[in-house]
Amino acid sequence: MYVLKILFKNALRHKLRTTLTVVGITIAILAFGLLRTVITTWYMGVEASAANRLWTRNSVSLIFPLPIAYKDKIRQVEGVKSVSHATWFGGIYIDEKNFFAQFAVEPKTYMEAFSEYYTPPEQKAALLRDRKGAVAGRKLAQRYGWKIGDTIILKGTIYPGNWEFVLRGIYEGTRKDADETVFFFHWDYLNETLKKTSPGREDLVGSFIVITKSPDIVADVAQRIDSLFKNSLAETLTETEKAFVLGFISMSDTIITAIELVSFVVIAIILAVVANTMAMTARERIGEYAILKTLGFGWFKIGGLIFGESMIITMMGCAFGIGLTFPIADAFGEAMGQYFPAFNVTLETIYMDIAASILVGLLAAIIPSWHAITTPVADGLRRIG
Amino acid sequence: MEQKAPIVEIQHVSKSYRRGSQVVPVLQDISFNIEEGEFLALMGPSGSGKSTLLNLIAGIDKVDTGNIFVDGVDITGLVETELANWRANHVGFVFQFYNLIPVLTAFENVELPLLLTRLTRKERREHVETALAAVNLSHRLTHYPAQLSGGEQQRVAIARAIVTDPTILVADEPTGDLDRKSAEEIMDLMDGLNRELGKTIIMVTHDPRAAQKAHVMRHLDKGVLNDVRSQNPV
Repeated sequence: MYVLKILFKNALRHKLRTTLTVVGITIAILAFGLLRTVITTWYMGVEASAANRLWTRNSVSLIFPLPIAYKDKIRQVEGVKSVSHATWFGGIYIDEKNFFAQFAVEPKTYMEAFSEYYTPPEQKAALLRDRKGAVAGRKLAQRYGWKIGDTIILKGTIYPGNWEFVLRGIYEGTRKDADETVFFFHWDYLNETLKKTSPGREDLVGSFIVITKSPDIVADVAQRIDSLFKNSLAETLTETEKAFVLGFISMSDTIITAIELVSFVVIAIILAVVANTMAMTARERIGEYAILKTLGFGWFKIGGLIFGESMIITMMGCAFGIGLTFPIADAFGEAMGQYFPAFNVTLETIYMDIAASILVGLLAAIIPSWHAITTPVADGLRRIG
Repeated sequence: MEQKAPIVEIQHVSKSYRRGSQVVPVLQDISFNIEEGEFLALMGPSGSGKSTLLNLIAGIDKVDTGNIFVDGVDITGLVETELANWRANHVGFVFQFYNLIPVLTAFENVELPLLLTRLTRKERREHVETALAAVNLSHRLTHYPAQLSGGEQQRVAIARAIVTDPTILVADEPTGDLDRKSAEEIMDLMDGLNRELGKTIIMVTHDPRAAQKAHVMRHLDKGVLNDVRSQNPV
């Protein structure tokens, strides 16, 4: 208790310097926490992926479609429980900046395949009755103030024209990491329109979503599906949802690496700041350390005082930084909702914040401690007075 | 008069410092004994080596050659960790500029050396209160050094030096930063510690008035011990 009192008194001896250092650490931990949360959010789809969900796409590229006729063939593959499909629509809502994911789907099977999206039964029934009906995630509807029955017009980019939808349902995620920003509607509506406006583009889908009877057989089922379409005009590539999402993420590998790098640079910078503070502190107190040595304090206790002070300063900054991370992450998530469907600070991020702070506290104290310990007592005493 | 056993034996001690490529001798072949309960004043001009000799006796600097025995222990053979333990148990140090820790109260400053002992909190408190009472500062326990006069700060430093009941008390110019009245008070206090508690005191001083309180004066000049004068019989 006494030692802790000395450490706090020492840490607060230069109030301005300590305050500025703590503020620096707070900002660094906050930035580190937010950057780590961005990375975690990026990988959120991987964590949220279902073990028994497979995605079948064109083996050449995701942008090439597959014939809808494959659906029945896939359904007959051994181990397949159900099949749905989704086609990226890519429309613009009012303005290009209003980005959100839009899929043309087979609503009944799609909602069965994604059980983590809950739509009230009456809304589900209303959607199935209306070919122009659509469903939006809770956060998406909230963002644009949509209510059930609202007409939503999307300007097509891949499929030209103005597309009119009626909002029939708003789904909610049953898990914290579920994406509540997706908009989906009847593929039939898209297909029927294309038959009239763009002959030759009909009866095609982006990907099939395959639910297997058991998670243990996904590899076998994937192989069977791909074998089925080998040497056809549109060969398939079937992979687990996890691999499918990771494939998406790998497209932005460089950005993620850059964010990771920046997060560690932030920690390196704050390490330099804390190390400088501790070096100044130890240099100023070299005489005091000499006095303590004269009284019989050994190297371990002198080092302990410097390490302890460094840890107190960094952990104060860490506590403030973590405390601020939650409200700022919430605000950040609100503001960037279209890019980050769920911006949640994970426990792992908090552990990393604490680990980084401990590391900074310890590393920053090494050189000042070494200097204080190795300075001869007589030399230290000469610097007083 | 009965000859007492020496508490400090200094045998052929030499010490030099290096200034760039030059080796400057500070102490040359110093030998003498200090008896238990003696009050010794080391005097000499600046640069004569008296503070260096004091540091060597207190175990905060190392000899080049020779040996120093304190209470039978050859401290020149101890490594730094052993020396730190030895200082904690055997030496009380009083500095010219008091050297109190500014963020600690008078009580906490005096308590510092006791943190290295196995005493309980209650026992530490009793020791600190006794030491501060001995220097007439019982009413200043919660004051910080900046709230005390120079004389009071030096008295706190003396309390800190005696709180562990050390074998020897070493003082480096203890009155050097004090006005005449405070200096007299400090010297009376040290005299009392020597006479009433039998403390062995080794003091470096320039001040002849301070040296008057000592039993023995030894003069150093250019690193050589050249004079011994007994003032008051022990």
